[in-house]
Amino acid sequence: MNFTDMLLFGIYPYIASVIFFVGSALRYDREQFTWKAQSSQILDKTYFRTASVLFHVGIIMIFLGHFAGLVMPYEVWSFLGITLAQKQLIAMGVGGFFGAICFIGLTMLVWRRLFNPRVRASSSVMDTLILLLIYWQLILGIMTIFVSTGHMDGYVMQDLMSWSRYLLTFRPAEAIEFMADIHWIYKAHVFWGITLFVLFPFSRLVHIWSVPVKYFGRSHQIVRRRY
Amino acid sequence: MKVRAQIGMVLNLDKCIGCHTCSITCKNVWTSREGVEYAWFNNVETKPGVGFPKEWENQEKWNGGWVRNSKGKLQLKMGGKLRILANIFANPDLPAIDDYYEPFDFDYQHLHTAGDSKHQPVARPRSLISGQRMEKIEWGPNWEEILGTEFAKRKVDKNFDEVVQKDIYGQFEKTFMMYLPRLCEHCLNPACVAACPSGAIYKREEDGIVLIDQDKCRGWRMCVSGCPYKKIYYNWKTGKSEKCTFCFPRIEAGQPTTCSETCVGRIRYLGVLLYDADKIEAAANTPNEKDLYQAQLDLFLDPFDPEVIKAAQKEGIPENWLKAAQRSPVYMMAMEWKVALPLHPEYRTLPMVWYVPPLSPIQTAVEAGHVGMNGEIPDLKSLRIPLRYLANMLTAGDEAPVVRALERMIAMRAYKRSQNVDGVEDFEVLKQVGLTPNQVEEMYRYMALANYEDRFVIPTSARAYAENAYDLKGDCGFSFGNGCGNGESGLNLFGGDKKGVRKVIPVVMKD
Repeated sequence: MNFTDMLLFGIYPYIASVIFFVGSALRYDREQFTWKAQSSQILDKTYFRTASVLFHVGIIMIFLGHFAGLVMPYEVWSFLGITLAQKQLIAMGVGGFFGAICFIGLTMLVWRRLFNPRVRASSSVMDTLILLLIYWQLILGIMTIFVSTGHMDGYVMQDLMSWSRYLLTFRPAEAIEFMADIHWIYKAHVFWGITLFVLFPFSRLVHIWSVPVKYFGRSHQIVRRRY
Repeated sequence: MKVRAQIGMVLNLDKCIGCHTCSITCKNVWTSREGVEYAWFNNVETKPGVGFPKEWENQEKWNGGWVRNSKGKLQLKMGGKLRILANIFANPDLPAIDDYYEPFDFDYQHLHTAGDSKHQPVARPRSLISGQRMEKIEWGPNWEEILGTEFAKRKVDKNFDEVVQKDIYGQFEKTFMMYLPRLCEHCLNPACVAACPSGAIYKREEDGIVLIDQDKCRGWRMCVSGCPYKKIYYNWKTGKSEKCTFCFPRIEAGQPTTCSETCVGRIRYLGVLLYDADKIEAAANTPNEKDLYQAQLDLFLDPFDPEVIKAAQKEGIPENWLKAAQRSPVYMMAMEWKVALPLHPEYRTLPMVWYVPPLSPIQTAVEAGHVGMNGEIPDLKSLRIPLRYLANMLTAGDEAPVVRALERMIAMRAYKRSQNVDGVEDFEVLKQVGLTPNQVEEMYRYMALANYEDRFVIPTSARAYAENAYDLKGDCGFSFGNGCGNGESGLNLFGGDKKGVRKVIPVVMKD
């Protein structure tokens, strides 16, 4: 057992999830006023719609893809009659497509945040940091696709799925065994992915928790009683 | 019948002198903070003009307010709930800051520190958003003040629609203008509330004030587009939307709003209106736009009707509110004399800030014999401001209510003039406009004299509504967002700024 692997892929994920959940709950409870999407659309609308829609659609699909790939039990895939190799191909195709969409949008957004004087002046350090981190993470993710072309049998993917399954069932010692021999690109992608969860409660990402699905259920008008 | 009470407002445009005191006092009280420099909860526009933000009345452009859909149901013009949520990543109907104006300040310090030079030093503008030098200020909060900018730009004013030969109003001799002070309408059927995905905007049951819960707002900014009056402003610093609060802390204490209190022209009136909440949807969904004004009048309830009083008491509306409703200047002007009209009823939001249309000069022309007379009253077609223009603004294009309001005001003047100057009672002119001498004396008292206690009839919040003052002892009072907490103002783990601290961008002098 490698100590660094244990630390980064066996212990760090648990610390990260505690920070993620407890931090989110604390912020939701204590700092409602800071809980927001912090849109800067009003400051400059040039190409904003294209950029933001591409980015959001891309990243939501990527998120769902990761959920399907890492959290959904492998048995579901075999039940659907999809082999490991086919699954990898689907992951590479769908991930590549939405990764590209997301990349275009995010590139525009990063450019805007760094070089638009209004947006830049109104950005907090965390705003810029989290955006650059997502950008970095996306680039790593896209790079894994190229690495994956070297082994189309899907076994690396199975290793990663097993890692997350063992982690989710609280068996970190076994989980990290699956991380031992994979390419460093995957490891980097996993590490920065976990780091995103650490920063999540401290950044504007908390708006993800507030997807307004309840809007569909409520009546148009809201009247509040004082007493 | 479900009786609800609301504090409504009437603005007598006939007396507005466009001094902007309302805007300035409002600004000082509510929006002198970073992030809302560009926001004016109250602003005064010179009409005709595109207004603030640019072309706010053009709903083809901004998609604000409500429409009847093909099934005859009321729907936001922005689209159904699905469309609103589908656009949550980037709102296509959101005005950019340049549609308002880029807020700026001047390098005043330079005037003190400038060295010896051949020319007088000047304070140059600087953007309050980016902190950068602005070489030229292209637009401001009141760029069209007193017919500023050329007519070609101002004539896109939506109220010019169907005004015949609108181009002649660009000529110096034919031009006209009026002031339009604007604030949140605190609508009965607010589109902002309906558009808010988070459900953060609400109407208060006890006084009808529409507020944004700053803690619940997530900054999806759909309300900005939903509001056809563009009276919701996105605070780019806090990432939350803000709007006119109708100075609710003052209203609760029985005081008029800041804009009303400080109005030097005494044009503003505040009073209670009782209305039937069960009929709101039907009224807002009236098929013909021109009937919307009457539909809204039909919502208002007679505060002297015993049935209404009984129903109001059943709803728990306090006695002092019912008393105030009976003395309400707003009710008198809107319902009894019908001189006050709603602003753009065609948006179907049932606005609750109403306007008395302005008279415009004809008198000298009448005396010179250039103007036809309609009985005792000059022909209103000769008014400088085209009737159609006022009708587009106040009654969805129906000229009849505007004519009635203007004729009644002229009749009041004629009657009082004959009474005071000639010493005779001119009942003929009153008969022509359907007013009794009693009514006209009341109108005179409220509209011409406009004493403070007649203009503002505001009941204090009932004990049942009011917060327990003892519990609030030592509390932080009114604050934006998270409040003052426990008094600590150190670093915030979650990235919020210190409250009440205005960051000033330091000026860097360069040669």
